[in-house]
Amino acid sequence: MNLTLILFIVLAVVAVAAAIGLLVSRNTVYAALFLVLNYASVAVFYLLLGAPFIALVQVTVYAGAIMVLFLFVIMLLGAEKLPKAKVLPWQRPVAIGLAVLLLAEAVFLLFRRLTTISTPLANPAASVNSTEALRTLGMALFNQYLLPFEVTSILLLVAMVGVIVLTKKEKGEQG
Amino acid sequence: MADTIPLSYYLAISVVLFTMGALGVLIRRNPLIVFMSVELMLNSANLAFVAFARSFNALTGQIFVFFVMTVAAAEVAVGLALIVIIFRNKHSIDVDLMNNLKG
Amino acid sequence: MASSGLFSLVPLIILLPVLGLLINLIFGGRMSEKAIGTVASSASGLAFVVSAVLGYSLWAGSGTAVVVPFADWIHIGDLNVAWNFRVDTLSVLMMLVVSGVGSLIHIYAIGYMHEDVRFKNDPGRYRRFFVFLNLFIAMMMILVSGDSYLMLFVGWEGVGLCSFLLIGFWYEMDTLGRPSWANSNAAKKAMIANRIGDFGFLMAAFSMFWWFKDLSFEGVFTQAAQVASITPSAILFITLFLLIGVAGKSAQLPLYVWLPDAMAGPTPVSALIHAATMVTAGVYLVARSAPLYTLVPQAQNTVALVGGITALFAATIAVGQYDIKKVLAYSTISQLGFMVAAVGMGAFVAGMFHLVTHAFFKALLFLSAGSVILGMERGHHHLAHHKSAEEQAGEHDEVFDPGDMRNMGGLRKQMPVTFWVYLIGALALAGIVPLAGFWSKDEILADAYLKFPAVFWMLLVAAFFTAFYMGRQVWMVFFGQPRHDAAAQAEESKPVITVPLMILATLAVLGGVLNLPGLHGLTNWLGHTIAGVEAGPFNFLVAGLSTLLALIAIGLSWLLYGRHPLAVGQKDPLKKLLGPVFTVFERKYWVDEFYWAVFVNRYVDIARFLANVIDGRFWHDFVHDKVIAGSYNWISHTVLDLRVDRQFIDAIGNGLGALTKRISAGLRRMQNGFVRSYALAVLAGVVIILGYLILK
Repeated sequence: MNLTLILFIVLAVVAVAAAIGLLVSRNTVYAALFLVLNYASVAVFYLLLGAPFIALVQVTVYAGAIMVLFLFVIMLLGAEKLPKAKVLPWQRPVAIGLAVLLLAEAVFLLFRRLTTISTPLANPAASVNSTEALRTLGMALFNQYLLPFEVTSILLLVAMVGVIVLTKKEKGEQG
Repeated sequence: MADTIPLSYYLAISVVLFTMGALGVLIRRNPLIVFMSVELMLNSANLAFVAFARSFNALTGQIFVFFVMTVAAAEVAVGLALIVIIFRNKHSIDVDLMNNLKG
Repeated sequence: MASSGLFSLVPLIILLPVLGLLINLIFGGRMSEKAIGTVASSASGLAFVVSAVLGYSLWAGSGTAVVVPFADWIHIGDLNVAWNFRVDTLSVLMMLVVSGVGSLIHIYAIGYMHEDVRFKNDPGRYRRFFVFLNLFIAMMMILVSGDSYLMLFVGWEGVGLCSFLLIGFWYEMDTLGRPSWANSNAAKKAMIANRIGDFGFLMAAFSMFWWFKDLSFEGVFTQAAQVASITPSAILFITLFLLIGVAGKSAQLPLYVWLPDAMAGPTPVSALIHAATMVTAGVYLVARSAPLYTLVPQAQNTVALVGGITALFAATIAVGQYDIKKVLAYSTISQLGFMVAAVGMGAFVAGMFHLVTHAFFKALLFLSAGSVILGMERGHHHLAHHKSAEEQAGEHDEVFDPGDMRNMGGLRKQMPVTFWVYLIGALALAGIVPLAGFWSKDEILADAYLKFPAVFWMLLVAAFFTAFYMGRQVWMVFFGQPRHDAAAQAEESKPVITVPLMILATLAVLGGVLNLPGLHGLTNWLGHTIAGVEAGPFNFLVAGLSTLLALIAIGLSWLLYGRHPLAVGQKDPLKKLLGPVFTVFERKYWVDEFYWAVFVNRYVDIARFLANVIDGRFWHDFVHDKVIAGSYNWISHTVLDLRVDRQFIDAIGNGLGALTKRISAGLRRMQNGFVRSYALAVLAGVVIILGYLILK
């Protein structure tokens, strides 16, 4: 029992609990906040895995930008409580069953079949936090992965334009 | 240090989070919650990527996560815009009411 | 026996009439009646010319027979029959008679049928008559010119067919034109009676083949004596069965019954076929088979007896008949009895002589009777025109029979030519010297006196009756007062009818020349063909006796019918005299009724049974309808239609449709429009694939 393991277990519990909270909460704002908690714990996971840049990007983009956006829209639409489901009564049990099945299959796969990945991961060296590592990341990003980079920027542009076009009110339309 | 955490543990977490996300998509009727569940799934995938990057000592996994996050952001923007429009038309955000593709 | 020079013309005697009938058959529709009649008469006349040429060639060749081969016919195993023509004195004699008298009758028929088809209201049938007449001449020529029994039989059957066709010429009506089965029944009767005779002929022919292995005349006759010594009963069998054929064709007892009914045909038919030619085929057959008959005296006696009895029998019936043609019909049967008796006894020349003279005067009598009937019809026609409508309506029930002698009387004033020729014919038939009938009948009687006394007495009595009934007929028809207005209005016939009558009358007068005692022309002529004929001396006793009897008979008839001519409605005086005997004569000894009751009705019963029960109820109703059609219907309707098609196949078809609908209804529920369920499906797919990968 070492520190990493304890930290891992604590983080895992928090993440899962937050996910469960997201699932069951009736209040949409609560659900959003649970998701934020989940992102935060995953960010710490990243740190454990020796990816500090990604951890910070996670917090910045996901928790900072995306969830804020979500909360805007939640407020805009009014987080109403929806009435009970009128259709598809069998959906919930079947879905839960399938999810359990999926979990079982995955667990079976991970711990019985795919034994090669049971080897422990070495702790990250301290050098991962250095600018050297960051520099390497940036180099890779702009050399090997330049095309995806550019395409992604276009994608962002398209998204922006699309959002504006979608939500533009027509002439004469009421708000 | 003695034991470190095996890869499979991280992957197990990823799977659990993914399943939660899937459940959320299937069970919840509020499209915002559904969307958040989708984000949860993407997030679990990111975790798997980073774990594998650590396992193979390659940066490719992290670069991928970078792109996933970017795309996720764009997708959320567009998706939320769509939800807003639908709310304008239907004055309700119950997913079950959007069944015009019924055959 | 080379077929040299003129003898090779012999096929023409058949081909000319065939050509005539083909021309009339094919082009007759566009020809006038005169043209049709001329073609037919010319065909017959040219055949006569060819026969005369053949006769001359024979005479020049001293009468030796010539065989002219024509075609190969049958080659099966032992049986070899070729179609050869035999030109000898006997066959040429027959050819001359057939074509000569036939041509005269053809000419007569031109005028007679012209009136008859108008009386019966069917002018289109004129052509058919002459086609049939030419066909008959062709068939008769085949009969007399054949060189084998089989060829003879071909002609035999052919003339039987023509007899049927011509008797039933007006098949759908009776002699007065009313719709009736009478004529076709008469034709059927002729055919059936002839068929029985044909059976006899065929049995004889089969026996001939069996014992002689040959059917040609030469083959049979040369082997006859040898076969007779081995199997005597063979020749007896053959000759007796030939006699059956003779009885059928030449109307002897017991198969004569068709001839009186055959008078239903038009008069030229009665004259040609049933007086002069076809009925004489039996006599020819016996004469031709002389070598066979001379070997079996028992058969000869049988033939002679049959002839004699028939002669007497028929003569008595003729006495009681009222129809002019029926009297002549029974007279024919009687005279045929004379001929058959003659050839049966071995008096072949006498029989053939009588055949020739009989052809002359009987044809004359029949044709004159036809002229009388036409005259009566013309008179009736006049009457119908001059009567007013009420009188005609009142007379509607009464049916006028132009042939009934009780309606006639005094016709010698209206129809003088017919009267004189009829008188000549009657006297010839009665055997009054010096007419032809005297010489021929007398020769038969003379030969019978020597050879077969029993038959002689029968024939003598028959001759007495013959003279009597002819006298009766002449008095009733031509003398006294007309007993019907139609007779009073009767008219003489046209020259096209009276000229052939006059020619025949001349022949009837002069015909005796053929075999006058002393000259013996025919005896010498036929002696070349028939062995053992010799001319006998003239028997004055027999001649005198027969003439005396004939005169007495004529006198008696004058007493009864001539002195006090019959008045209208008066009964026949002979009835008073003889009473029930006359009724027997009048009713023809009830022979027809007897045959019907004993034989024909049995056949009718069998036929009815076969038709109604076997064929109708069993075969048609049961087997066809119930079994075959019923089972088909059962298979097709009950089984295939209802069970298989409707219940089974339709169920499959409908079931498939219903199944598809249910499947699609089920599948349709997947498209519910809810995104959540689609997502569930995706997840389910993932789980399944993962599971599959795990389990693999």
